[in-house]
Amino acid sequence: MTQALFLDLRHIRKAFGNFTALHDINLQIQRGEFVCFLGPSGCGKTTLLRIIAGLEVQSAGEVWQAGRDISRLPPAQRDYGIVFQSYALFPNLSVADNVAYGLVNRRTPRADISRRVTELVKLVGLPGSEGKYPAQLSGGQQQRIALARALATSPGLLLLDEPLSALDALERVRLRQEIRTLQQTLGVTTIMVTHDQEEALSVADRIVVMNHGVIEQVGTPMDIYREPASPFVADFVGKVNVLPAKVTAGHMHVGNLQIPVGGEDREARLYLRPEDVLARPISAGDAHVFEATIEKIEFLGAYCHVHVSSPALHPHRLTVYLSLNFLSEQSLQVGSTLPLKLVPERLKVF
Amino acid sequence: MQGSMQAAAGAPVRQRTHWTDRCAHAAMALVALALVAFLALPLISILQQAVEGKEGEFVGLANFIAYAQTPALLNSLWNSVWVSVVVTLITVPLAFGFAYALARSCMPLKSLFRGITLIPLLAPSLLSAISLIYWFGNQGVLKSWMQGVGISQIYGAPGIVVAECFAVFPHALMILVTALSLSDARLYEAADAMGTSAARKFFTITLPGAKYGLISAALVSFTLVITDFGIPKVIGGNFNVLATDVFKLVIGQQDFAKGAVVAILLLAPAVLTFAVDSYVSRRQTAMLTARAVPYAPKPSRGFDFAMTLFCSLIALLVLAMLGMAIFASLASFWPYNLTPSLRHYVLGLVDAEVGVGFVNSLKMAGATALFGTALVFCGAYLLEKTKGMDSLRGLVRLLAMLPMAVPGLVLGLGYIFFFNEPTNPLNGLYHTVTLLTLCTIVHFYTTGHLTAVTALKSLDGEFEAVSASLKVPFFKTFWRVTLPICTPALVDIARYFFINAMTTISAVVFLYSPETKVASIAILNLDEAGEMGAAAAMAVLIGLTSTVATLLFMGLAWWVNRRTQAWRVR
Repeated sequence: MTQALFLDLRHIRKAFGNFTALHDINLQIQRGEFVCFLGPSGCGKTTLLRIIAGLEVQSAGEVWQAGRDISRLPPAQRDYGIVFQSYALFPNLSVADNVAYGLVNRRTPRADISRRVTELVKLVGLPGSEGKYPAQLSGGQQQRIALARALATSPGLLLLDEPLSALDALERVRLRQEIRTLQQTLGVTTIMVTHDQEEALSVADRIVVMNHGVIEQVGTPMDIYREPASPFVADFVGKVNVLPAKVTAGHMHVGNLQIPVGGEDREARLYLRPEDVLARPISAGDAHVFEATIEKIEFLGAYCHVHVSSPALHPHRLTVYLSLNFLSEQSLQVGSTLPLKLVPERLKVF
Repeated sequence: MQGSMQAAAGAPVRQRTHWTDRCAHAAMALVALALVAFLALPLISILQQAVEGKEGEFVGLANFIAYAQTPALLNSLWNSVWVSVVVTLITVPLAFGFAYALARSCMPLKSLFRGITLIPLLAPSLLSAISLIYWFGNQGVLKSWMQGVGISQIYGAPGIVVAECFAVFPHALMILVTALSLSDARLYEAADAMGTSAARKFFTITLPGAKYGLISAALVSFTLVITDFGIPKVIGGNFNVLATDVFKLVIGQQDFAKGAVVAILLLAPAVLTFAVDSYVSRRQTAMLTARAVPYAPKPSRGFDFAMTLFCSLIALLVLAMLGMAIFASLASFWPYNLTPSLRHYVLGLVDAEVGVGFVNSLKMAGATALFGTALVFCGAYLLEKTKGMDSLRGLVRLLAMLPMAVPGLVLGLGYIFFFNEPTNPLNGLYHTVTLLTLCTIVHFYTTGHLTAVTALKSLDGEFEAVSASLKVPFFKTFWRVTLPICTPALVDIARYFFINAMTTISAVVFLYSPETKVASIAILNLDEAGEMGAAAAMAVLIGLTSTVATLLFMGLAWWVNRRTQAWRVR
């Protein structure tokens, strides 16, 4: 992918009365990128998307798109297509009329319109549905049509506002991959707002994690997951064990374990992903190994969430992921003990 | 960081206004202008009249003090209040029983019962007064029965009370049916599971659930009675009430100042009702969650029978009232020659020239339905679906709700004060059908507005955003999407405007000239001239017209549904 700046947000601030929804947001998005705004509800991600769309006006700051200052342009003078959680399909118009809605207004010849509609409906995987009304389609199908309508005018930017939230779990997984494939085929710069971390991790080139109106971290899904920049990101993305710890002389003390981490002496918190507590392979003489007792097994299929306690970490407990096969091979059940190992490189200390 | 501090300190960013948004703003300004000219300014001129002396000088509260020192007028105030209270105390329990039967029993023929009790809405309210005169008046059929229970004559308080009960009943019923239909079956199931008695369920679940409906019904009844003009005029005799006082003071004695004072007295209960009602309706919706399961009554022989009996009795009374008016309008010469003839209809329409009034009424009702619906829907659309002009938006929102709190009589009075003023550039409108139409639109604005707002709110809030992103101007989306989806609501609003324009008396009674007299007013004049039979005939005719109009609107709704609502998957 060539690195060409497409969307540039400069010092965006948004206040609703006394409440500041966005504090000094700065963000650069490259042409052709798929970016997810991820965060809990109320973090400002939808507000930021609506500012890019011109549906909200920022209190301060600038928005530049394709080298053009669009900060003060009304929505109709910007260049984007948008898809909402509610689909917002016109219920009294057929699928074809919905998809053609933005084309009709551009004095495109009728034959071209109908060709384009057929092409788009096929692109989103619903060929032959042109004559149907939205209410005759399932939620996932409606959202595909909304996507086709947004793409009809070949906008430079595609904005997706929680497009999958209203769909059931299976449809959500299927459609997010379709959106990703479509985005890569068309190469359209895309911003998707979501509160579902799994969704963001699975489709985005980069994720913008937001909380309380500020950007906590911007990075690839792998960065965000493996190298969270803040306790919030570590906690929000993926599952994590949090243990209070103390750092003295370059070592972190948690329970009676000592792990080298460096840095100055301080009170700290240890962030530890369940899959980073290893049950195997453990060889004799490995460092940071401790005995743990299984207190509860939460059966989830191939993997189980296993809650363990250990004298080494007393009084804290850990959740670890163990495969069902491992549990049966070792005949582990509630009350069994097993050795577990921490890997210092995978720990985050804040 | 330096840059951000500067950005934060700068003036707020303002979006450039697209030319299509300018169109929306201009339209909004027009709606605001119309509501100011035909609602706000007339009301302000009442306040102005109330604090001015004969020469237009400011006299403070002198007019109010003069009013309080006139025993005859104070007497009317007392009469108005106690009559309204009595009517409320009779009507609300009866309507509650009827609504309870409709919503909570397995009584047969529910829609028939409901339909019969709603018929009085189709005729002017004074129809019940005319009918009462035939039943209990000087030559009434049952006069001796009435005197048997100790009431010497129907003219005066007894007549007003009974006639108002009939007139107000359907209004209270509609509110209470809504309140009782909003129920959560799960509460009753939980109570049954705990073995709760029927009486306890009624007092701990049903009554608290309908509490707000009851308050609202009581307030609406009280306000309707205290501000009604037609019934006391026809059957009040020498029993004076506020509404008839206003008319006498303003039209008879040209005492505008005292008239304005009485108008303000009439405004008080209406404003109170409005305030309580808007508070109550907010509480009512908050009470019912989206997950509530609607209550489905189970058959219970004894209870259903008792309810059927009760509703039959009420329905019979309503039919007796309607039937007598129709019968009397067809009787050749009451009470001596009862052979049916169309004499009164001919007399009314031709000799008394009500025919002209009738045409005026149809014109006015048609214009009200057409322009009223257009204005109300555009106003509601601009409020709900466009952006910008926030201060003007607030004003329009307020003015759209205000007519609910303004009795027709008060509005009509405001129109006289405002439009009869020779220096007013709109003075030319005075006495025209145009002004009657505008006054009627404003009088019934709020109900239409609320219907339109409900319909618009049910549309996806992002249609306008999607259109803008596709570079389609808002008015195109209005035409292609919003309007077609909302046509059933539009037909509903038009029907409401039409029926009310046909039957209204209170606002227009101040505004007509001999050329622009409407049929409902003509009834009052016929009654005054002693042509009771013709008055009955004309009232029946209006009721008939409204019925036909209702049927036509229902047909239109059916046709429109077929044409524009095919996309609704049934």
